[in-house]
Amino acid sequence: MTLAQHSLALRAPQLMTTPPLLTMTGVSRRYGDVVALRDVSATVYPGEVLGIVGESGSGKSTLLRMMNLEDTPDAGDYRLALPDLPGNLFDLDRFARRMLCATRIGIVYQNPHLGLLMKHTSSGNVAERLLIAGERSFAALRGRAREALDASEFPLDRMDARPIELSGGMQQRVQLAKAIALEPVLLLLDEPTTGLDVSVQALVLDTLKRLQRDRAITMVIVSHDLGVIRTMADRVMVMRRGRVVEQGLADQIFQDPQHDYTQQLVHAKL
Amino acid sequence: MTPVLEVQDLAKQFHMHHLDQVLHAFDGISFTLHAGEFLLLRGPNGVGKSTLLRTLYRSYLPRAGHIWYHTTEGRIDLATAADVDIALLRRREIGFVTQFLIARPRVAAEDIVSEPLRRAGMPAPEALDEARRWLAEFGVKRDLWRAYPTTFSGGEQQKVNLARALILPQRLLLLDEPTASLDAGARAALIRRLADLKAAGVAMIGVFHHPGDVAGLIDREIELTAQEVSQDVAV
Repeated sequence: MTLAQHSLALRAPQLMTTPPLLTMTGVSRRYGDVVALRDVSATVYPGEVLGIVGESGSGKSTLLRMMNLEDTPDAGDYRLALPDLPGNLFDLDRFARRMLCATRIGIVYQNPHLGLLMKHTSSGNVAERLLIAGERSFAALRGRAREALDASEFPLDRMDARPIELSGGMQQRVQLAKAIALEPVLLLLDEPTTGLDVSVQALVLDTLKRLQRDRAITMVIVSHDLGVIRTMADRVMVMRRGRVVEQGLADQIFQDPQHDYTQQLVHAKL
Repeated sequence: MTPVLEVQDLAKQFHMHHLDQVLHAFDGISFTLHAGEFLLLRGPNGVGKSTLLRTLYRSYLPRAGHIWYHTTEGRIDLATAADVDIALLRRREIGFVTQFLIARPRVAAEDIVSEPLRRAGMPAPEALDEARRWLAEFGVKRDLWRAYPTTFSGGEQQKVNLARALILPQRLLLLDEPTASLDAGARAALIRRLADLKAAGVAMIGVFHHPGDVAGLIDREIELTAQEVSQDVAV
């Protein structure tokens, strides 16, 4: 890589005095012979949307699963700026991880089967999150589930329909409602609109934008679709073969990509 | 008087990997800009005027040089500032006005315009009132305020774009042919707004296809001249 000749190296933040919400350092993960992540580091500041792009097998989804503590790397450190959990989150035991993910981190998967119980009601799926957090009153559960579904722009007259009966776009809204029900500090989105019709995709992205604007939720969004990343992200990280090849402001990555691979990606976009 | 911006020996080139070729944009650009000053960039098409504006805004990464920007908390070199610092300055103090609106599906004109105010912390009702005032000022018809600009004509989109870009007073404003495709009424509104911003101390750097539009505002000009392989690259 010959970036140094063509642009200047950037400095550490000087004006931004708020510490990052998310700091990941030196994360590596190998599955058998396959190296999924090589020494990946990332920071996300409060209220920011970080986009991660890359082709299949680049490690972008693996990285997101690490952020959701679904897996433990061979090496690396992961911290969220939470006063009650100051250490490396990868050192937490199973129960502490589960509690942290249920209460402080929300995730929306490309495949709704991963995020939802398809044969429970939609409101029940959302309420389950609240139950884990200790809410026991039926009225409160239903009220807060309704609120989260409404914020996700899910039609409330269908809140007792089962996800299996719903369209793809609606299933994603139920996942989103479940993810934001407990007002997480971090919202992770793994190809949230992939496989949806273009018009439905635009509506779901718009809902995400609106949520981001109204609640300033910190988000990490993974997509192979550059249009989605361009619409959503403030900053972009480009991954290839488990490594971060380039990162920058979204408009810079799209208008002045530095790395050979990023140039190919950007120029291949329709 | 303290300057807002001091540009020293700024250089930009594009390395196009698939051609294994370097496109030279500009070299050795230096100038100083003070509060309330309006600097016009001149030169033939393709000489790199827009490229310079985009480099100052950091949509393009410079190859060499400094872009000292003076904030209330000291100076920062935009050429090498961290991405999050640039993002912060863009939210608060540095604006960019292009001739193109990036309209988002299903977002009403008045919401697009009010967004910078809401991001700066203004409550929604006030931000909306202010947005409507600016839409009216730029001559967007009232029945279009709730509509989605994705369906608007180029001229109407540009009015929404300008209202959004100029609603929040910045300290430094970069203008990339904002008068292109505007009707006379909107052009007059734009020039009024720029004059007010200038009087309020906003420093501006602009590229205009017809500099006559803003003749009364211009304090200084910089002429960009073609170099060996100077080429404006639109990616």
